[in-house]
Amino acid sequence: MTPLNPSLLPLPVRRVSFSWSLLPPLLIAVLILIPLGILVLQLLAPDWALWRSLWETVLPTMLLNTLTLVLGVGVGTFLIGTAFAWLVSAYEFPLRWLLERALMLPLAVPTFVMGFIFMATFDFAGPVQTWWRATFGRDAAFPNIYSAGGVIIVMTLVLYPYVYVLARAAFAEQSANTVEAARVMGYSRMQTFFRLVLPMARPSLVAGSILAMMEAMTDYGTVKFFSFPTLSEGVVRLWEGRLDREAAIQLASLLLFFALAMFVFERALRGRARYYQQGGGSKGRRPARHRLRGINGLLAAGACLLLLSVAFLLPTAQLIAWTVEEINRQTVGGWQNTYFTYIGNSVTLASTAAFFVVFFAVIVAHGVRSTSQRRGRRVARWVARLVTLGYAMPGAVVAVGVLLFLSPIDLSINQWARDLGLQRPGLILTGTMTGLIYAYIVRFMSVGYNSVESSLDKITPNMEHAARTLGARPLGILWRVHLPLMSAGIAAGALLVFVDVMKELPATLMLRPFGMDTLALWAYFLASESFWQAAALPSITVLAVGVIPVLLLMRVGERR
Amino acid sequence: MLSRKVWLTGFAALLTLAVLPTAAQERRVLNIYSARHYGAIEQAFDRFTEETGIEIRVSQGSPQALLERLRAEGEFSPADMFLSIDAGTMMIAKQEGLLQPMDVALVEGQLEEGMYDPEGFWFALSKRARSFMFNPATVDPDLLVDYASLADPIFKDRLCFRPGAHIYTISLVSSLIYNLGEEEAERIVAGWVANNPRYIDSDTRIIETIEAGGCDVGLTNHYYLARKLNENPDYPVQFKPANQETTGVFFNVNIVGVTAAAVNVDEAAEFIRYFSTVEGQSGEPIGFPGSNYEYPANSAAELNEIIAGFGEVVFDMGFPLAEYAQYQALAVDLINRVGYGLREN
Repeated sequence: MTPLNPSLLPLPVRRVSFSWSLLPPLLIAVLILIPLGILVLQLLAPDWALWRSLWETVLPTMLLNTLTLVLGVGVGTFLIGTAFAWLVSAYEFPLRWLLERALMLPLAVPTFVMGFIFMATFDFAGPVQTWWRATFGRDAAFPNIYSAGGVIIVMTLVLYPYVYVLARAAFAEQSANTVEAARVMGYSRMQTFFRLVLPMARPSLVAGSILAMMEAMTDYGTVKFFSFPTLSEGVVRLWEGRLDREAAIQLASLLLFFALAMFVFERALRGRARYYQQGGGSKGRRPARHRLRGINGLLAAGACLLLLSVAFLLPTAQLIAWTVEEINRQTVGGWQNTYFTYIGNSVTLASTAAFFVVFFAVIVAHGVRSTSQRRGRRVARWVARLVTLGYAMPGAVVAVGVLLFLSPIDLSINQWARDLGLQRPGLILTGTMTGLIYAYIVRFMSVGYNSVESSLDKITPNMEHAARTLGARPLGILWRVHLPLMSAGIAAGALLVFVDVMKELPATLMLRPFGMDTLALWAYFLASESFWQAAALPSITVLAVGVIPVLLLMRVGERR
Repeated sequence: MLSRKVWLTGFAALLTLAVLPTAAQERRVLNIYSARHYGAIEQAFDRFTEETGIEIRVSQGSPQALLERLRAEGEFSPADMFLSIDAGTMMIAKQEGLLQPMDVALVEGQLEEGMYDPEGFWFALSKRARSFMFNPATVDPDLLVDYASLADPIFKDRLCFRPGAHIYTISLVSSLIYNLGEEEAERIVAGWVANNPRYIDSDTRIIETIEAGGCDVGLTNHYYLARKLNENPDYPVQFKPANQETTGVFFNVNIVGVTAAAVNVDEAAEFIRYFSTVEGQSGEPIGFPGSNYEYPANSAAELNEIIAGFGEVVFDMGFPLAEYAQYQALAVDLINRVGYGLREN
């Protein structure tokens, strides 16, 4: 049989109008956008008196704090992430192979857990300052940790791996030829780094920093512990503290615009990143590592070890020590009664959310891929962008949107049921896991979608063409060809969503159904009452689960 | 094709998981939205279950968050009972029609006057005083008379406070407004702020910071010190109730109300009855106040041993629980106006 040129074949998908393949993705996009859209509507009808009173009281502080935090974390993660990625990429030193991988581990630490460990250790009553006063006298000065600096340090330590991981990948993709050419032309090692390597990797570095900045902007637990009011914390604060739903909704809608700006910025840079990496020539040899000998090698290893200790080893050791204390103490109403229930709750929520996120992600990614017409493709690309919008939104904002959307539906269902004389069904949306899972999907769709999409991208279209030639329908192709080939990407996406849900605080706090407390919430409640020992057990559990995807990430890094 | 089987199995497992919790139970249950830390009440609730056979299911959150849920869920709320650590939120719940009246005969002759609503919408089950914690080595207790004492410049850079958004702070300031008027209250809070306090969002940590010498005086709820004293009877921080010669120390309450949507009304009535009795009000860990070292709402109940050590305490019964809500709104505005809790120090 003569091989046919696939592009000459009349593909079934061409005959199907684009609305068919794009309909499911569009529906999902609409579902994800409704809670956010409701908030935008709120901003279209601003309550000026409310804004004035916010402006005269808490808003300037919140704005200033949010900007300080986001910029501080952006700069901090950029510097640390880039410097260490370069150190492990360009130099050879003792234990490099181990440290290079281990430096990703802080990714597994939930920010608020790092926050309370840092607080318990470094605040006035903590061991460090106590030692400090014992050594240098009662009035020896020590910086106040309940400050912008304190929060920025905590978040930078946990979030730098976002930059580190991307930077390492970018450096690895740069070809040896480019670097060697620069060296031959007379650039020093430093000059090569600053004038060539760094600019070439810039899009990846900035993309990593922006991810870290989004995390900082959407954080709730840490800033709450540090009494550092930000916009994201302010939404919950107004909602609860003033019992002022309106003010909270208005603030949430403002935050939406912040998030949108960030999102556009990030997308723009991502777009360029592809171009740069190809320009760098990913097929070339890797540049050889320069061996650091003697004291320099030890210094390099020491620096990595120091960062790793501060950001991961010591906090984990502290958690373990507290956990052991707590278990030995055997207090009444202690951990045994609740631990396994909370694990069950966390796992149920996280796995359900992971399943639906990945399920929807596959539908969207597949729909986008099957769209062949030009105009359809543009729509498809927009759909893909829109479904990932939620990642830049704080959990509290998403939760408010979901409540505003589902609550009236719930109430009407019950009213209809009553009017029809039926047994009332109860709050089937907001009173069950449904509302919360919905919020998780909106919030973490981006995490699942990116993994699914990237693994779908790697499947050559020839596969589909072949399948179609053999008479398979689009759904059959998805089921029999794509899904098996994508299983690694799907599993990775599901795992990442799973871990993110395990760590999630504000949306869970606002939407969880009766008795559905999670490990993260439990840790948060206990830590906010300064029961560090008791908070350590759920914290270390969440952390341990978080280590799994980081280990997988390390393996992915190795295959490169 | 293995992967497809895995997917199907996973999906089936998930569905099972999602359906399981809704399986009906025939036991007598009572669903409570509780603002109280779960560990603190567990023993008392266990005892209640032993006595009555009624299982208690708790969903925890801040009082405001729980009130917000009750509002959103309206008559379809799954909660039978709302347990708040603040009278103000309970009063708002009553005003908004989220509660239903119970027969006050359940508690008559048991709870003190003023600790329950004559109309039966709410029942306070324990008292918590909010007042001075100080380092006896550096502070003369005679300087600590009323809440205005802390506005004295002598305490500059020596104070530890909870931030302004917390309900503990809000309700304390509302009592100042009630007793002294808005103008005087604002003068006092501004005086606190002028003393450049350290803001710490945990009562326990405030006490520990006093112990470590980070400040000399703080304002916290009394039972946080009791917990410390339980672990170490020689804990070097002391408690002093304010306003003992005048209105009495400010206090808030653990307070319950039965929701308008309640299904298990009989069980809720049983809860209120049991926890009003001398046994339910015990100062031992099996009693409602005792489980958290709080003061009972039934004057016949014996006091917890540790807080008995704080001596006789006069409470500000002149500030009716029913009026907490309206003054809290004023207090929030005052706190924001003065800039309490916002400034970095």
